[in-house]
Amino acid sequence: MSALLEVKNLSVEIPTRRHLLVPVDDVSFDIAPGEILGVVGESGAGKSLTGAAVIGLLEPPGRIGGGEIRLEGKRIDNLKYRELRRIRGAAIGMIFQDPLTSLNPLYTIGRQLSETLRTHQPLSETAAKARAIELLDEVGIPAASERIGQYPHQFSGGMRQRVVIALALANNPKLIIADEPTTALDVSVQAQIINLLKRLAADNGAAIMLISHDMGVIAETCDRVAVMYAGRIVEIGAVRNVVQAPNHPYTQGLMASIPRLGKDDARLAHIKGSMPRPTDIPQGCAFHPRCPKRFEPCDQKRPELMKGDSSQAACWLLQREADQ
Amino acid sequence: MSDAPLLEVKNLSKIFDLTEAAWLAALTGRSRLLLPAVDGVSFSIPKGKTFGLVGESGSGKSTVARMTVGLMQPSNGSITFDGKPVSAPGGGRGIGRGRLQMIFQDPFASLNPRWRVVDIIGEALLRKGMRDSLARAKRAGELLDQVGLVAVDGEKFPHEFSGGQRQRISIARALASEPEFLVCDEPTSALDVSVQAQILNLMKDLQDELGLTYLFISHNLAVIAHVSDVVGVMYLGRLVEVAEKKQLFKAPQHPYTRMLLDAIPRLDMTTRERSHVVGEVANPMSRPPGCHYHPRCPFANKRCKSEDPKLKGAANFAAACHGVEEGRLPAWAAAAE
Repeated sequence: MSALLEVKNLSVEIPTRRHLLVPVDDVSFDIAPGEILGVVGESGAGKSLTGAAVIGLLEPPGRIGGGEIRLEGKRIDNLKYRELRRIRGAAIGMIFQDPLTSLNPLYTIGRQLSETLRTHQPLSETAAKARAIELLDEVGIPAASERIGQYPHQFSGGMRQRVVIALALANNPKLIIADEPTTALDVSVQAQIINLLKRLAADNGAAIMLISHDMGVIAETCDRVAVMYAGRIVEIGAVRNVVQAPNHPYTQGLMASIPRLGKDDARLAHIKGSMPRPTDIPQGCAFHPRCPKRFEPCDQKRPELMKGDSSQAACWLLQREADQ
Repeated sequence: MSDAPLLEVKNLSKIFDLTEAAWLAALTGRSRLLLPAVDGVSFSIPKGKTFGLVGESGSGKSTVARMTVGLMQPSNGSITFDGKPVSAPGGGRGIGRGRLQMIFQDPFASLNPRWRVVDIIGEALLRKGMRDSLARAKRAGELLDQVGLVAVDGEKFPHEFSGGQRQRISIARALASEPEFLVCDEPTSALDVSVQAQILNLMKDLQDELGLTYLFISHNLAVIAHVSDVVGVMYLGRLVEVAEKKQLFKAPQHPYTRMLLDAIPRLDMTTRERSHVVGEVANPMSRPPGCHYHPRCPFANKRCKSEDPKLKGAANFAAACHGVEEGRLPAWAAAAE
């Protein structure tokens, strides 16, 4: 299957007075139609910035420093603002973390939905309203025709997130970027939203980029996962492989530090230290100061993604294994 | 370690009065707007153990925490610490605060940004009666060392630290008054998972070293399962199940506990049949009568809709559910690990 979204060597730069920060550095991945790609990492890893760069919502002074982003083969990273606006909301939908801030508190749900619909499609007001009710129905909001006249504050957290998803879906986007869509929600509601996202990918053939810090959410939702550390993808592969047999020492440490039900250890494994700030990313492999398995090339040369037995990882260990 | 409880909470309730212009309501005889955030909660914690309290937002777990350290007065019920009341309805400061300390969720908001770390910790030492500032600085250095920082970090301001380091400072401050009991309200929820592991390990080490007793509050069942000896599950202000950790996770009784366990996304991604999760936590202002969980419960019957279930069972193995009492719930099929 050919990729719907291709990201090649993407870099994001933020110029500051003293430094040129590169919080996303040479990131490449693609997503096929109907596929859910998870992007996981700790805060500051650059996962949200990668999502924002794809949809062209980087906040100045942040800017794309290099690389290409292609949607169905067409470049979208160098589009003019107006052309980008036409794509955003139509071909690409976006779901943010906090459903309260992504809805306008002064407009009814129905008005926000039909506005989104009519911006991109030649629909009459009545047709837009009918479609809006359909959308609310589709994301599992009961009594949609009555609730369409209500304001965001009249909805609960889980229902609001459903409205946000309905907004993202309004114009049948080919790509949905979901940035921590369940983080603000309770676990029972989170399970419902996960099911909804999975259904969207399966039924509508939408490609989904799911950004999350929660490995459990990623594991249950995604087909493939990219693990980010200090602005780079350190490992990418099928979710099952990355979760069960991670190749990169960072992924291994990350997986071991997650408390799990049914695993009754007195202590959790943990990675010493914390992720470097973008102002002082170490030379060579950015993870080397914390890595228990580092050896001599690690603090000198930066590893690129290399093929391992179950996934691709940016780690010199794989090279050593291959050489032996 | 004796089994006599260090902390005992009996029939604890907190009702928030949300009436706007209460005097007007009183004059006109209109009914008041009351929110029972905590409703008849009882549990006890033996010395050196950890009691985990888990629940979704609005379940009242943080309100229990605040009442336990005396930051809030209970509307009803009692909290006794080492045989003495922490706070009784109607005020009174009860026992010295130093023996009970609290660690908050947000390490960015709970440290004064204008104070150096040594002063933040020193304030707690001063309250303990340590007048000599040099002795305070020395002790602060020791405490920082104990939580995995270095003494010279005392000269820095909170903004110079990462989230995990700040939470370590919060813990050092709490330890300054040599407490026996720590109330931890979501201490790792704002932290990344690898940092969370560091803090959870640190808390475990401190418990072993200092014989601390914890009331640990979290919405994350896996974290609760990791740290607790006994777990209480709260739903809309009530304790719906209390059980030893192993018991709770192996054979959860209450349908709500079962739903929670089932809803957690798992790393093992078993394609097991998910129990269909329905609905969300009801608005606390209009809680359903009878068992609060009945509108979402697949096993609810007429009795559940009208009669409040009481916590029944052994002291550390109890559920508030008519279905459990009548034995009409199916056995729990544990998810494959």
